[in-house]
Amino acid sequence: MITLTINGKKYEAQKNQNLLQVALDNGIEIPHLCYHEKLSPYGGCRLCQVEVTKGKKVELTTSCTYPAVQGIQVETETPRVQRARRLMMKLILPMAPESPKIQKLARELGAEYIPSSCRSREKGDSCIKCGLCIRACEELVGVSTITFSSKGPERKVVPPFEEEPESCIGCGTCVHVCPTGCITMEDLGRKRKLERWKRILNMKVCNDCSNPYIPAAQVDYYLKRTGDTTLTEWFDLCPDCR
Amino acid sequence: MNRLTSVSDLEKLQKELASRNQPERPVVTLCQGTGCKAYASGKIYKAFEKELALRGLTQKVSLKSTGCHGFCEQGPIIVILPEEICYCRVKPEDIPEIVEKTLVEKKTVDRLLFTDPVSGEKFAHESEIPFYKYQRRVIFGKNRLVDPQNIEDYIGLEGYSALAHAITRLNPEKVLLEVKKANLRGRGGAGFPTGIKWETTRNAPGEKKYVIVNADEGDPGAYMDRSLLEGNPHLVLEGLAIGAYAIGAREGFVFVRQEYPLALENINKAVQQAKEYGLLGKNILGSGFDFDVTVKRGAGAFVSGESSALISAIEGSAGEPRPKHVNAAVSGLWGSPTSLNNVETWANVPLIMNKGAGWYGSIGSDKNPGTKIFSLVGKVNNTGLIEVPLGTPLRNIIYDIGGGIKDGKKFKAVQTGGPSGGCIPEQHLDVPVDFDRLSQMGSMMGSGGMIVMDEKSCMVDVAKYFMQFLKEESCGKCISCRAGIKEMHEILERITLGEGCEKDLEQLTDLAWITENASLCALGRTASNPVISTLKYFREEYKAHIREKHCPAGVCKALIHYSIDPERCNGCGRCQKVCSVEAVEGEKGAPISINNDFCIRCGICQEACRFNAVMVE
Repeated sequence: MITLTINGKKYEAQKNQNLLQVALDNGIEIPHLCYHEKLSPYGGCRLCQVEVTKGKKVELTTSCTYPAVQGIQVETETPRVQRARRLMMKLILPMAPESPKIQKLARELGAEYIPSSCRSREKGDSCIKCGLCIRACEELVGVSTITFSSKGPERKVVPPFEEEPESCIGCGTCVHVCPTGCITMEDLGRKRKLERWKRILNMKVCNDCSNPYIPAAQVDYYLKRTGDTTLTEWFDLCPDCR
Repeated sequence: MNRLTSVSDLEKLQKELASRNQPERPVVTLCQGTGCKAYASGKIYKAFEKELALRGLTQKVSLKSTGCHGFCEQGPIIVILPEEICYCRVKPEDIPEIVEKTLVEKKTVDRLLFTDPVSGEKFAHESEIPFYKYQRRVIFGKNRLVDPQNIEDYIGLEGYSALAHAITRLNPEKVLLEVKKANLRGRGGAGFPTGIKWETTRNAPGEKKYVIVNADEGDPGAYMDRSLLEGNPHLVLEGLAIGAYAIGAREGFVFVRQEYPLALENINKAVQQAKEYGLLGKNILGSGFDFDVTVKRGAGAFVSGESSALISAIEGSAGEPRPKHVNAAVSGLWGSPTSLNNVETWANVPLIMNKGAGWYGSIGSDKNPGTKIFSLVGKVNNTGLIEVPLGTPLRNIIYDIGGGIKDGKKFKAVQTGGPSGGCIPEQHLDVPVDFDRLSQMGSMMGSGGMIVMDEKSCMVDVAKYFMQFLKEESCGKCISCRAGIKEMHEILERITLGEGCEKDLEQLTDLAWITENASLCALGRTASNPVISTLKYFREEYKAHIREKHCPAGVCKALIHYSIDPERCNGCGRCQKVCSVEAVEGEKGAPISINNDFCIRCGICQEACRFNAVMVE
């Protein structure tokens, strides 16, 4: 067990825990966009900045990538931290100005988007390149359908060669974790469409009610992964008819 | 060649090589570094071979390819030993004359000697040329004596003695202590004490340890590491092996960028030869120390030079930096303790072992011992690679070695440390160049780039150039770096177009702050330096662009226009001929004028005019 201080109060933490998780577990709010407790920390959105004092060294750092270390002091609301979060949010907001979650966070951090005569920011495609979808697809689903390509401002999340990804099972985990809602999934009768990944999947139909209810590729992947063929029949019926 | 299996084997070979040496025999050394090669030094070598054969001198004169001498703008360079007669900008057709006059008649070919651009004086010997005279070339100096593709050349100059001494007569702790005592600081830019890094790696838990040479040099205009790897690869390998012994590593990597084909070729050959001679591999010189080296090619992303990104690249992942709360010295390559140092840092190690920490400390300044190689480029008379003791004032570098500013113009600023360095103005020229002082001035040592700018450089444009470079080279992981640099670039672009407003300076300050403070790796954390330093030292220039829509240096195309002084113009029509958009109007023989509606401000008319009649406002 590790003991550390957050905002002057002592807290206990597990080894291998990161500071953001320790704070969240103890009800201390730290804004974040690219972190999810079930996924490995990435440190891309740079919003979860805190000030850490370790010995004589004081540093501004992202709490999601900083490991819980015995005896350190963490400050989550210093003027420097607040300035960093506000300026970060000013950079993030124009990337996804239509996203309610981003708008709300920007308001909270005092980084409202004020169009000014000397600013001509390009509107983004709502993706902030936080990589949550990539990590979810790799670490949770296990199919690694999408990845980052290019560098610098050209960086984007794409399936390999930007072609329709055969490996995508249409599970929608990426849609669920995306903080800006820029990944969409539509069910169009017997087809499911993920526009962003150029993926169109055939849906499996319920033997009873004839309603399409799950992508066939997802069933195949599930059976392959579990190796349990007895489940084949289970998938013949939709949840409503089971 | 038989494998060397003991120190006495090595010493025997060294003696034998020395006995073959005939001090009186003329040796023609030809630089075959990338700079000279680009100017056909390969053809010059062949021309020499042919001419010597024709005159029956092949047995009497030796011909040797060497590494880069540093004075690349004067290339191709040849030096004739033992007199050390130096010829510059040699062409293949000059060779018969050189052989006839210098090798046969023992006279110099005056027209090929270096002529000082300031005094007009000619110098026959390399060591008298001001560019070399004021340097202290303890690392780089051997480049001109060694054929980088021949290990025996290196061994003949007491090469691998330091390694032999370390692994057979000292224990690893002693080696480590010597490097610590020497206070060698990382030449890649951060200046972290190498000895401490090695010690941390040595003491870190884990059986497997690694050493890495960072040769992913990517700063525009800087090529010191390339020249060392191309010109004297065994020096780097010897340093690496000594470090591996001190740390307890059995495996090392040299990470070289793909764009350095000659460096790759030479380091690969060097590794191969060192293995054949028993200077790498199992049981080196019978000491029981095993050490192997693998050369890895980088795909050429600037950010891969960042230590954690480089480690990712060696592991086979994309070259993207990782958080460094746990140091690479503790958990680096494949999670094992790893010491990663720059090419030049490793090249310092054999010297420290040979001459001792005391001697090493006598060069340079107090907390910055040793020398540093810089790439001196830009608007100075003499450009090239230079090596000076740390603590040498910028003024000495620019005026003594560099020969001052070209064409008698005024000095404006010097940018040190590569694209993320800061611009240092005239009032700080007497500051000694070392790791600490450069950081204090808002710049940095970086890997040693030094770009000199004159009064005709616009500092807003300079900052814009570096933001453009860094914008493209950011890996894009941290939003602060990816979007911060992009926005700084956009604002700077607007200012240079005359579309800037007062608020922009405030915005720039905020963006510079967030990019510096919120980003993960050194690329983002230092990227703002060009903006911060130019805002600090050249704020008036920014204001002139914003308020008066005027570029004082006459660089920003949107803010300047060309005109012709009728008093000076004699209507020769040269400008009219070169103008690609027919913006020069008037009849030949009478003063002419420029139509600014058509002019694209390329400046070719100004270059073409022989009477200085074309003016920029």
